[in-house]
Amino acid sequence: MKNRIDNLFQKKEENILSIFLTAGYPNINDTLSIIKILDTTDVDLLEIGIPFSDPIADGPIIQQSSMKALNNGMTLKVLFEQLQSLRTITQLPVLLMGYLNSVMQYGVEEFYKSCHEVGIDGVILPDLPLNEFDNTHKALAEKYDIKVALIISPETATHRIKLIDLKSSGFLYLVSSNSTTGNFTAIKQNSYKHLTEITSLALKNKILIGFGIKGQQEFEEACSVANGAIMGSSFIQLLSTSSNFEKDIPEFISIIKNSKS
Amino acid sequence: MTTNNYNVNEQGYYGEYGGAYIPEILFNNVEELKNNYLEIIESDSFKKEFDELLKNYVGRPTPLYHAKNLSSQFHTNIFLKREDLNHTGAHKINNALGQILLAKRLGKKRIIAETGAGQHGVATATACALMNLECIVYMGEVDIKRQAPNVARMKMLGAKVIPATSGSKTLKDATNEAIRDWINHTETTHYIIGSVVGPHPYPDMVTRFQSVISKEMKNQLLEQVGKENPEFVIACVGGGSNAAGAFYHYLNNENVKLIGVEAAGKGIQTGHTAATLTIGKPGIIHGSKTYLMQNEDGQIIEPYSISAGLDYPGIGPIHSFLHDVKRANYMHVTDKEALEAALNLTQKEGIIPALESSHALAVLTKLNFKKTDTVVVNLSGRGDKDLTTYINYLNQNDYEK
Ligand SMILES: Cc1ncc(COP(=O)(O)O)c(C=O)c1O
Repeated sequence: MKNRIDNLFQKKEENILSIFLTAGYPNINDTLSIIKILDTTDVDLLEIGIPFSDPIADGPIIQQSSMKALNNGMTLKVLFEQLQSLRTITQLPVLLMGYLNSVMQYGVEEFYKSCHEVGIDGVILPDLPLNEFDNTHKALAEKYDIKVALIISPETATHRIKLIDLKSSGFLYLVSSNSTTGNFTAIKQNSYKHLTEITSLALKNKILIGFGIKGQQEFEEACSVANGAIMGSSFIQLLSTSSNFEKDIPEFISIIKNSKS
Repeated sequence: MTTNNYNVNEQGYYGEYGGAYIPEILFNNVEELKNNYLEIIESDSFKKEFDELLKNYVGRPTPLYHAKNLSSQFHTNIFLKREDLNHTGAHKINNALGQILLAKRLGKKRIIAETGAGQHGVATATACALMNLECIVYMGEVDIKRQAPNVARMKMLGAKVIPATSGSKTLKDATNEAIRDWINHTETTHYIIGSVVGPHPYPDMVTRFQSVISKEMKNQLLEQVGKENPEFVIACVGGGSNAAGAFYHYLNNENVKLIGVEAAGKGIQTGHTAATLTIGKPGIIHGSKTYLMQNEDGQIIEPYSISAGLDYPGIGPIHSFLHDVKRANYMHVTDKEALEAALNLTQKEGIIPALESSHALAVLTKLNFKKTDTVVVNLSGRGDKDLTTYINYLNQNDYEK
């Protein structure tokens, strides 16, 4: 069977919506129940965040969700146990996103192996340096058919974007601005137009824009310059305030996707 | 000097430790530093400006003081490297001035720093005042309370002190906040890290700025005892910058025993400790692969020490390496042992040491010295900032008597 991320991009190249959720948030057993609800919506891709005690690239919203999840008892081991039944619930492509220390302590090969066993399609590791990707992760990810989506920023030099694009698989994660996650004010002034310089390069991978995608308008703007966008903090915010996931999650997604499906 | 195989390699590693584990957003900044730091700090104009500041502004060379009363107490020859006599009261100013000169040459207008004890914050605020640069210091909420005099100094110097309210609200969390600030202000900002931690090239850069300590020690020992090399060099280790500076020029002299001292807090088995090398294992913290205190799941354990400057769950990668290859020996000292050592130095030599430095002094009771040995303790800072803690300790002692 082909990797679900590749399958997705083969069928669809526009208006891709990826949703990020923190594992074990707001309650330890919510991971799969939220995914089950998301599966009934027009979401295209899912990213499950592995909570970490010291998430340096994250703003307050994801920091707090991580802290809550850890207090709930979430660990990478527990997450993989929960994900045993992932593939009875959804056929959407799913990635794990986390900090390298979690992976290192779990064991790098063990990590990719467990991803494969539960049906995870890809990973995003924002603090994985390219040299370590080349030396250890690349071969292991390939061995277990796990895509490693690498990250570029608006200020990444063109030659480096091309280099990262060559190494990246699944897609290329373009950070919308130089900012931590959930900084909804960072991009206001210049919207996403400045990113076309990057998204119009001839690249191997499809590009999803992430960080600071707050609502329908930002999603639409991001989709006008790239293949789609990733929403994290604003979805976490919804989870933190909603008392009725069955109703609120599909509503949230349909507003984002609007007429864009 | 012969080539130093304890130095960082081209890729930024000490053995398997170090590297640059940073989000792509910081790549340009870290790369800019990496590509320029050696050329800049080895240039004549930099050296001239830096050396002049160290001499006339900081007051270097700091004295190497033969502590006779302490020597007779421990039946050996103890010398104190008086980093406490630096302007602003600790070794931290060596690094802050070095980095500010670098930041200026890189055209940065805004300076951020993290601080634990407040010594690095004060040093950075001082350097910024001198160079007329905007200064923002992140400091854990807990540390703001226990190091109040330094908070006041930073404010008077014109720095903005922002409390870090996440996690244990100490140095680790202040560092997280500083890194997040940097991610959000990459173009304008230079991050002056306060110790030999963080992504490459910081550990090496900070080590070089602090290496003036052992450079002076060599000259001063030659002058005072007729030989450059002591039998022991002892220094406390939070992130490990004063220790790295005190060890640097002795790394290749295997006869010089290098002793790093970590904070055991209430004891290494109590769960209230900051003795990273004793209870930690290799992982990634603040952009560097190094030993760190963590649970099985890789979550960083909140450290504890009475000393705000040692209250850190990681350690500079150079020390992880020196520990593994056994070039240096790392010991640990409890809060109580450090307090006793502080009181002892104060009453024997008339010097009130910083709580951090008191950890280094406390191992004097644990090591076996020969009568003929020369022992250098790096007295990294002065104790003014810790008076409240010392007074509480004294009152409690009186109470117990
Ligand atoms: C006086 C003093 N000594 C030591 C330290 C610990 O830092 P390092 O291990 O980097 O020397 C500090 C940190 O604040 C300090 O203020």
